[in-house]
Amino acid sequence: MTGPLLTADSLTRRFGSLVALDGLSLAVDAGELFGLVGPDGAGKTTALRLLAGQLRPDRGAARVLGMDPARAGETVRAALGYVPQQFSLYGDLSVQENIDFFGAMFGLRRRDIEERAEELLRLTRLSHFRARRADALSGGMYKKLSIACSLLHRPRVLLLDEPTNGVDPVSRRELWQLLQRFASEGMAVLLTTAYMDEAARCHRVGLLHQGRLIRSQTPGEMRKDEKLACFWLETRTREDAEAALAHPAVLTAVVQGRRHRILVKKESAEELSRRVRESGGRLTETAPGFEDLFLFYTREDGRGA
Amino acid sequence: MEPEPIIETEELIRRFGDFTAIDRVTFSVRQGEIFGFLGANGAGKSTTIRILCGLLAPSAGRARVNGLDVSREPEAVKRSIGYMSQKFSLYLDLSAEENLAFFGGAYGLPPRVVRERAGELLSRVGLAQRREELTGRLPGGLRQRLALAAAMVHHPRILFLDEPTSGVDPRARQVFWSLIRQAARDGVTVFVTTHALDEAEYCDRIGLMADGRLRALDTPEGLKRRYLPGETFVIEGAPPRAAETLSALPGVLRVDSAGAAWRLRAETGRYDAEGLAERLGRGPVRVEPGEPTLEDVFLEVVSGAAQGENA
Repeated sequence: MTGPLLTADSLTRRFGSLVALDGLSLAVDAGELFGLVGPDGAGKTTALRLLAGQLRPDRGAARVLGMDPARAGETVRAALGYVPQQFSLYGDLSVQENIDFFGAMFGLRRRDIEERAEELLRLTRLSHFRARRADALSGGMYKKLSIACSLLHRPRVLLLDEPTNGVDPVSRRELWQLLQRFASEGMAVLLTTAYMDEAARCHRVGLLHQGRLIRSQTPGEMRKDEKLACFWLETRTREDAEAALAHPAVLTAVVQGRRHRILVKKESAEELSRRVRESGGRLTETAPGFEDLFLFYTREDGRGA
Repeated sequence: MEPEPIIETEELIRRFGDFTAIDRVTFSVRQGEIFGFLGANGAGKSTTIRILCGLLAPSAGRARVNGLDVSREPEAVKRSIGYMSQKFSLYLDLSAEENLAFFGGAYGLPPRVVRERAGELLSRVGLAQRREELTGRLPGGLRQRLALAAAMVHHPRILFLDEPTSGVDPRARQVFWSLIRQAARDGVTVFVTTHALDEAEYCDRIGLMADGRLRALDTPEGLKRRYLPGETFVIEGAPPRAAETLSALPGVLRVDSAGAAWRLRAETGRYDAEGLAERLGRGPVRVEPGEPTLEDVFLEVVSGAAQGENA
């Protein structure tokens, strides 16, 4: 089929009086890695559950390969991989036994299971732990095994809810290489993440805030906001730093060692820079990072949206 | 004179069957220090923390926490420290205030003291207005701060935080770290593990574990000086094959992918941004001097350890 493998069309879901997701529309093509970011409670998990057919929308529709994931049964099941935050492995089965079980559940042939398990265990650095019970794995290893199990049947659409939580930096890189490879082979991947460096690795990023998609762009577009500038702030004393940070032009600040990275309204950057210089400090321009933009767009006072 | 270390280990070993989870680990932590404990999954971080908290006995070696030997007085160790893990052990069907009362009671504090401290801690972590709400209804970031308050209700001199910010959004992480810094300013020693290496920059010193061994121990700056000689550049907009071109250049020490960009480290003075851009055929390529990061250190030390194993 042509067209996007995964779509959300005005998806809306309430829980009691809370609107968890409010009119989400998006489409993920074959070969695309789409990252959904947003503060806690923004609706990311609800969106994934609706797209996986685990939850019915109040309004709107979710489509996997053009079909309703809650109704299409076998076809969708074979095409869809879904890794929720709490993936249920069998705790009293070993790593290898879990793989065999999930492989069999998806109706894979013995030889395919062995071949794919070999590769997935190597890529997730779990080969040495084949005999260990899932219960006895560290949080990060458990996560990696969950992902390996849901990739066994080579789904065409993959939904991952915070896949790298608790996963160490080396494995995180390797998982990303794995996802990028699957995407380049035509998989459509939608994932949520709390790590902003991961957002930068996606082809497109959607920013959810209070149930609504407030931005959906490529990482490059998101970082090119004409009205914003980003600087390193260095000052002689902590008081000087605090004074600079209190300036109304400063939109967000992140401490890093003895410096602050600040996001500033471009129109006021000149004036701020002069002030900082006068007190013996300096501003050095740098490219805004995703963390800065995230903090700005999701400001609680709504000035970012 | 240097104050007595508040945590001290000597040749600490823990085996599970024939698997050695931690192997001859020796280090010490000063009072009021924020000590970051980093390492890959399965490197031995949690095992070390469990020993230091008196939850697990070492197979060999020695550890003293708060002046107490963890093998001889594990119960006293448990009472003298605060512990918070990624799976916060809060009661979801109790209110924020009731959770603190429960933990205070468990530590044997009299009800009057518990009330006082609960009030003080709830306002410190920004939960005073929501003290009566059910914990299960609080968003993750607030629940995480409540768990920190629960770990501090008996005024421990040391806090052990095992991946406390796992899965928490950037804003909540910022707030959480300002709470950690405040505790440290009050003299509390903070021993914290994380996989978000930008957070590790906030630590006074960092220990890096690989395969059960402590491979590196220094300040963030010290680690960067030692493990990342040369200059770092960030390259954006380069074609996918640029990594091969760059790795082959003389004096280039390391090339890593970072999102859509590349990070390159080269011998000092050998290249400038302009020169590197030229070698990549210019076009849309953008090269900037970069900051060495702790993620660079982590990759260097952990992959170095893996090579050492194979050699």
